[in-house]
Amino acid sequence: MSQLLNLEFWSLVGAVSGIYAIFSIGLQLQFGFTGLLNFGHVASMAIGAYTMAILVVKEHVPLWGASLIAIAAGMLFGAALSLPTLRLRADYFAIATIAISETVRYVALNEQALTGGALGTSNLAGPTQVAEYNTDWVSFQASVQSWLHDVVGGYAGSDFAMLVIVWVVVLLCLLVLTPVVHSPWGRVLRAIREDEDAAAALGKRVAMYKLQSLSIGAGFGAIAGLLYAFEFQFFSPDDFDPLTTFYAWLIVLIAGAARIWAVPLGALIFGLIFSGTRFFNFKPFTYLDAAQLAYLRMIVIGAILIALMAWRPQGLFGKREEMVLE
Amino acid sequence: MTELLQLIVNGLVEGSIYALGAAGISLVFGPLRIVNFAQGDYLTFGAFAAVLANVDWRLNMVFSTAFALLATAALAVAIEFVLWRPMRKRGAKTMSLFITSIGLAFILRASILFAFGSGEREYRVNVFQSYSIGGIRISEPQLISLVVALSAIVATALLLARTSFGRAIRAIADNVDLASVAGVDVDRMVVSIWVLVGILAGLCGVLAGLIQSSFDANLGFHLLLPLFAAVIIGGIGSPYGALLGGLALGLIEEVSTWSGFLGGVNPIWKPAIAFSVLVAVLLWRPQGLLGRARTL
Repeated sequence: MSQLLNLEFWSLVGAVSGIYAIFSIGLQLQFGFTGLLNFGHVASMAIGAYTMAILVVKEHVPLWGASLIAIAAGMLFGAALSLPTLRLRADYFAIATIAISETVRYVALNEQALTGGALGTSNLAGPTQVAEYNTDWVSFQASVQSWLHDVVGGYAGSDFAMLVIVWVVVLLCLLVLTPVVHSPWGRVLRAIREDEDAAAALGKRVAMYKLQSLSIGAGFGAIAGLLYAFEFQFFSPDDFDPLTTFYAWLIVLIAGAARIWAVPLGALIFGLIFSGTRFFNFKPFTYLDAAQLAYLRMIVIGAILIALMAWRPQGLFGKREEMVLE
Repeated sequence: MTELLQLIVNGLVEGSIYALGAAGISLVFGPLRIVNFAQGDYLTFGAFAAVLANVDWRLNMVFSTAFALLATAALAVAIEFVLWRPMRKRGAKTMSLFITSIGLAFILRASILFAFGSGEREYRVNVFQSYSIGGIRISEPQLISLVVALSAIVATALLLARTSFGRAIRAIADNVDLASVAGVDVDRMVVSIWVLVGILAGLCGVLAGLIQSSFDANLGFHLLLPLFAAVIIGGIGSPYGALLGGLALGLIEEVSTWSGFLGGVNPIWKPAIAFSVLVAVLLWRPQGLLGRARTL
């Protein structure tokens, strides 16, 4: 039970929830506002993380520069994604995007020379050297930590510093996106979601708006990928399997379509579900080992998806007038 | 030349398995408008039901396969009653059914992992017995799989084309209300469709497990995207198209590694080939080979 009071543990859960919140904000823009069923969102995360790590380790680009390029690469990927897929009906679009995200993962897995392959980023500089992309980040995080130490005192561990950094980024993302989605541009996205033909009839270039939405959404995905890379100091292609996309879907479906401020709430609920099974240390759960608890977690997540679809298709915090999944 | 023929044989083995799985997805999408993301886990269920019969109960492979088909059909029908029918009564449409099927996929896979663990399993068959015909090698499991799958493909195509059951399925796929007015008992038909889909999924799972010699609970999930690719290549909602699309995809995947074809693609890229074909088909002929343009 001591874990229940462990600040480091909860900092980790909070930081990971925050990273998923940023990731899901991107999906919210694509799905909740524009109606695009992107089932391959995880690819933007992979591209953000890998672009940064490769530039830092192989090209010795400074961390901040590499991070900016990584976000740009994510946005470019989102734009490119729209070219072969935008003419497709929603269900085809979903399958095509998941196939593209799997292709990205296969490339990361098989292009060893570029990505380090299945061994992940520790193999980036070849098998003889230990590659680290996060040296600059560690010193940045340490300076944030020492500043926090002056403010809140001894509570400020390095996990706590990461928690604060992540949630400041979450807040910045929301503050940037709020005026954007309430602008005429955001209203056009919603019009496209409701009736593409009507929006086109009003002279709006539907494909262009969808491209922008996919691209900006993928930019958020890339930011989440960067923070993911910094949080865990190591990653491999398996971190970007389709399951990660479906976690974001769970979060967005809990939040409800077009509700960006509810996304962090959805992410926290997801974080609690994800870490919560750890506290099943009473009967009958004590009969289960760690792997079985992970299976139990998968069952819980599946059941929540189904329950949302059955009873609250507008999402836990969503409004029925906004959008009900057809 | 022998190399090419060998790849074609391999492609037919793989493709005939794809065809069975893809036909199941298509049969459900046509009449019920369910993009069944859990189909891969139906396959896994079939493969593991056969493990239970073959390894734990020491039955021979024929009885084990029969058991797996019945068990998967029973599972598919049970899920229709506890999940799909109530969801339809609530008026759930394609997209929420799609996400429901993702939730179902999680639950099924985790349940299989609960029951069988995450380790690799295999059937009690001799995977090393193989035959050589004119320089082309085919292992006994591959040969059995090819014969069984091709027979099942022909049987399914005949069932759909020549029987009143097949006509009723196609009628529902076209227009549920019209079929209902014409005297088709839709609810009963839906149950029969799930029986057929369960049998196809169970067979696809067992054969996929057989030719891979050892497999884990991700067997079906790894097949799922190629299966969707096959469905789309054939034309979504067209079961004949899915059968054809599955065979075509298996052949394309294998023949792309032929050294006579631009030096051949490295076999590790086979899954990526499937997805590239998928995207190419979506661009060039989004309704699929046998699909009708108006479905898009």
